[in-house]
Amino acid sequence: MIGLIPADFAWRSGDTWTVVVGALAAAACALPGNFLVLRRLSLMGDAISHAVLPGLAAAFLISGSLGGVEMLIGAAVVGVLTAALTQWLHSVARVEESAALGVVFSVLFALGLVLIRQADSIDLDPDCVLYGQIETAVLRTTEIGGWQVPEAALTLMGVLMVNVLVIALLFKELRLAAFDPALAAALGFRPLLLHYALMTLVAMTTVAAFESVGSILVIAMLIVPAAAARLLTDRLLPMLLLSGLIAVIGAAGGHLLAIVAPGWFGYPGVSTSTAGMICVAVGLQFGLALLIAPRHGLIVRSLRRANLRARILREDILGVLYRVEESGREISAAVLRSLVRAAVGSGPLATRLALAGLKRRGMVRGAEGRIRLTEPGSVAARSVVRAHRLWEVYLSERLGLRPDHVHGTAERLEHLAAPGIREVLAGDVGEPARDPHGTEIPRGE
Amino acid sequence: MWSSLGSGRESARAAAKQREPAGALPHGSEHPPDCPLSIHDTTVAYHRKPVLWDVDYDAAAGKLTAIVGPNGAGKSTLLKAVLDLVPRASGRVTIFGEPYRRQRERVAYVPQRESVDWDFPVSALDVVTMGCYAKIGWLRPVTRAHRRTALEALERVGLAEYAGRQISQLSGGQQQRVFLARALAQHADLYLMDEPFASVDAATERAIVDVLRELRRNGRTVLVVHHDLQTVPEYFDNVLLLNMRVVAHGPVGEIFTPENLARTYGGRLTLLDAAAHALKRGDGA
Amino acid sequence: MNGRAAGVRGLALLAAGYRIPLQPGRLLQRVALIAILLMALPTAHAQTGLGASGESLLSRYADVLLLRDYNTRVVVTGVSLLGAACGVVGTFTLLRKRALLADALSHAMLPGIGIAFLVMAGMGGSGKWLPGLLAGAASSGVVSVLVILGIVRSTRIREDAALGIVLSVFFGFGAAVLGVVQRSGSGSAAGLNAFIYGKTAAMLWSDAVLIGVTAVLVTAVCVAMFRDFQMLCFDSGYARTLGRPTALLDVLLMGLVVTVTVVGLQAVGLILVIALLVIPAAAARFWSERLPVIVTAAAAIGATSGFIGAAVSAVHPRLPAGALIVLVGGAMFGISMLLGPARGVLRAAVRHWGLARRVARQHLLRAVHELHEQGSAVPSTPRSAGGSGGAPLAALRRLRSWGAGQPGRALHAAQREGLLELQREPRGVLVRLTPAGRAAAERIVRNHRLWELYLISHADIAPSHVDRDADMVEHVLDPGMIAELEARLTAEGAAPPAESGALPPSPHPLPATGGPR
Repeated sequence: MIGLIPADFAWRSGDTWTVVVGALAAAACALPGNFLVLRRLSLMGDAISHAVLPGLAAAFLISGSLGGVEMLIGAAVVGVLTAALTQWLHSVARVEESAALGVVFSVLFALGLVLIRQADSIDLDPDCVLYGQIETAVLRTTEIGGWQVPEAALTLMGVLMVNVLVIALLFKELRLAAFDPALAAALGFRPLLLHYALMTLVAMTTVAAFESVGSILVIAMLIVPAAAARLLTDRLLPMLLLSGLIAVIGAAGGHLLAIVAPGWFGYPGVSTSTAGMICVAVGLQFGLALLIAPRHGLIVRSLRRANLRARILREDILGVLYRVEESGREISAAVLRSLVRAAVGSGPLATRLALAGLKRRGMVRGAEGRIRLTEPGSVAARSVVRAHRLWEVYLSERLGLRPDHVHGTAERLEHLAAPGIREVLAGDVGEPARDPHGTEIPRGE
Repeated sequence: MWSSLGSGRESARAAAKQREPAGALPHGSEHPPDCPLSIHDTTVAYHRKPVLWDVDYDAAAGKLTAIVGPNGAGKSTLLKAVLDLVPRASGRVTIFGEPYRRQRERVAYVPQRESVDWDFPVSALDVVTMGCYAKIGWLRPVTRAHRRTALEALERVGLAEYAGRQISQLSGGQQQRVFLARALAQHADLYLMDEPFASVDAATERAIVDVLRELRRNGRTVLVVHHDLQTVPEYFDNVLLLNMRVVAHGPVGEIFTPENLARTYGGRLTLLDAAAHALKRGDGA
Repeated sequence: MNGRAAGVRGLALLAAGYRIPLQPGRLLQRVALIAILLMALPTAHAQTGLGASGESLLSRYADVLLLRDYNTRVVVTGVSLLGAACGVVGTFTLLRKRALLADALSHAMLPGIGIAFLVMAGMGGSGKWLPGLLAGAASSGVVSVLVILGIVRSTRIREDAALGIVLSVFFGFGAAVLGVVQRSGSGSAAGLNAFIYGKTAAMLWSDAVLIGVTAVLVTAVCVAMFRDFQMLCFDSGYARTLGRPTALLDVLLMGLVVTVTVVGLQAVGLILVIALLVIPAAAARFWSERLPVIVTAAAAIGATSGFIGAAVSAVHPRLPAGALIVLVGGAMFGISMLLGPARGVLRAAVRHWGLARRVARQHLLRAVHELHEQGSAVPSTPRSAGGSGGAPLAALRRLRSWGAGQPGRALHAAQREGLLELQREPRGVLVRLTPAGRAAAERIVRNHRLWELYLISHADIAPSHVDRDADMVEHVLDPGMIAELEARLTAEGAAPPAESGALPPSPHPLPATGGPR
């Protein structure tokens, strides 16, 4: 059995710089990505990162090198063009929106691939466009204050600063335009202008991150951290910060995974694509957020559902016991459990647990032999039974259902717990004395 | 040769003016600066399909006006045309004698509740603060004073304790009141509301009516797109009957008649019955 | 059936299936058909510029385009069939609004390919056994679709974000797996890159046969299930109420998408296979509003893109075949968008322009006529004795909602046609109808009023409501309909017979022209 961390594991300064470059790229992408996710433009980010390829290739063919201002400008132009072209195809040529996106970005990407083949350079081949060359990007360094800093880190730092600055300055405007574009337009905040500003930002970030991390990582970073943060919080500013944090953790974790993960699957000593593993790392974080998110996570939601089911079962037990006592009989806990299971079809374990819960709450008491409602239990049980029988009256009198058909529906409606609903119901059917089956309806408190 | 046509037009208009009976409502080229909203000869079309035709309307200052008409009559479109949210094929709209873009701060808009994503990560207070944005302007931050204004507005609609809630945790009626509070926070002179009463609970309906009356007391002008014909005489002073074009407008007592409603709604008798019922109830009260 | 045959048949069907009521449209359609048929030539020529050398190029093109070389013939035929199948399946997915699901699906196939390779290599095989790789691709594609549906169902993440998440994370994972493959030295992994970018030139005979057979099968299933798919795309809710198994149909459609995507990987690569599914379908939408025609056109466009793209890349093996196929498809999309007879941009512009012109002319003539009728026309001056009175232009402007200068073009046109005369007077400009103009105006007014009468007597619409509706309706009426209306209304006594020449009166008070409206 191989340990999680291989024995020959060594962390070099190159690894640190790889993580720094990856984290900078990831954070720079994640910030504008929040607005893409909120405005349901995630696929526009996808499209732009595909579509900047021909701009990149053209700038490379003209200037003969990667990087530089021409490239940023070229990419910004192509990015805005993608957004505008898609919009035009949708509104004027009436092509469905996602299809319009698909047409625009696949044609532009194809054009980019052909242009890259023309360029025929080792600096710009299709593979590096997809996966980036983060491992070699950190080798091109420049000296700053005695430190050998990768050029890519400097570029990405600059782009990150620009993104932070623009979003901080335009936070109010971007939020308004994303939430309520009609109001933004009415108040004079030019939502269309903001839209294209955002698209320019995305395109420039994409290009800056392209060289080091590749287009796939760019798409992942634009969308996944923002979506994960969206699950974790209900406020915009925390969402922005969280998405940045998730991106940075993803970069560090991804690089680590790229080194150690192949070993877990029987390929010791093999490291793999860092860009790919960063995608996997943010994907894992998204999955984690899906599970543990405080209000919308799957765990919380299933707990909430289980709680609700338990409450309903407890109320059902109270109801059954009340009816038994109403008829003047006495039963044991075992008989009660089997009665309840026959009445509502609950499982043996759930029924046993619910009964224990009622005992803990002081609603029922008694040993195995004889089980009875306590004073508070009897109040609660009366309320449930009363609600059940009132609903039966309502269903048969107001909705004209046959009396022998109302029990099942009332069985579900009796658990509605909204405050006041039972009083309103009683007022509506006029405090009847008996239910459609002729049984007495207990008075309210 | 067409350059001379303008003068001909002017002279004809002058002649038309002379023929106008004394005491008639001001119309046409006259846009008195004290008129909160003046719509002249406005036509709007979506994708070549006409929605509003030749609308001429001057809002009554300081009154609550209901905009009433069947589905597809262009009621929401009329509000959007005023706010320059949809392009006008022809016509002119002035707010207090000036085009809308120079009077943005004086007009508050309450859109339909369904028009936004209520899952958006903002709190109720954040949404209400957006009403202050017109005064704040580009790039400047929201200050504590603005937040106080917003909180006051939330208080006026009875939602002060929900200020920190994320908007998806509010009920439909509360969401509608948040929208109303946002308009109040703007401290505007003209309020345009698109179906604020649509599917709200009784408490919200009362709260909205209270706010409307308070606005009227303070001399504001309010236009409300309204669906419930029965409550028109109770809630509103004036009514604008709209069915792609203006059928009639004026005080509820004069204009809200079965004949006018028949001209607005055509042969949809069920609605007419409801209206007649409402009128009878109004007379009895 | 090869690609060309499919294309020609499709276009013939298209031409037969579409009836165009207007002349400019017919002309446009012809131009468009010719343009499409000539597509092959200019596109091929444009591509020659890219790194071509030697005189043998022309003959190589001839070899390829005439399918003289056996291997090329097989490959080109296979890719063309694939294009046709993708066009057919893509049309249904597009109409079902699932166009980009296929994008996520195809990207998500990468890890499946990589893992299948590693597993097969680990078991001692070569790792490049094609059916195994394709099975891996298909299974990870299916998993990705399930994950997307799960995310959309169980969280508040919207579909667009779910697509983006799955696409990028799966692809990133795939890149990591391929990284392991490349660096672990477990067999040559070079061939796997072909799945990403496509590599038609290196395609084997058996690959092409696989593609061709699958494409034919997929197309056959679509044809067999045509009615069900049509109902699914048009109104799935209605289909469900009719007891159609919509969920099953959705699964079947998704299965077809997975199938064409998997076999398409080798031809165009997994990044661009989405283009084959979206572009022909979106382009075909411009050609017709009828689904059978759209599907046929999509198949034709897909086949043509595949044919030209594969042929060009056979001549220039350095150019990526997938990208070429997509570029050809993109060019055909552009042409369809401009010239398509049903939804094409030019056609719509022509139609809009013609309609606006006719409406303006009819408005103008009717307005002049109504002014005459009301007697608000200014009596003619002695100079033009014998003619009828003129209507002041200013009054005309007020009657219709014209801004300054707006009626200018309609006035000019009517003047050129000899329908109107303009007369300057000290009080302003007067507009007068010529005898021909009077006849035309009476025809228009008659038509308009007949409609109004018809609407009032037959539909339950108040007179005040009719005016504008009639404005819209009268411009789309054909003469036969008008004759029928006249006969009907004459019989009911609601209108005088047409021969009497008298106009029926307007059913509602005409707008006052002197004062404000």
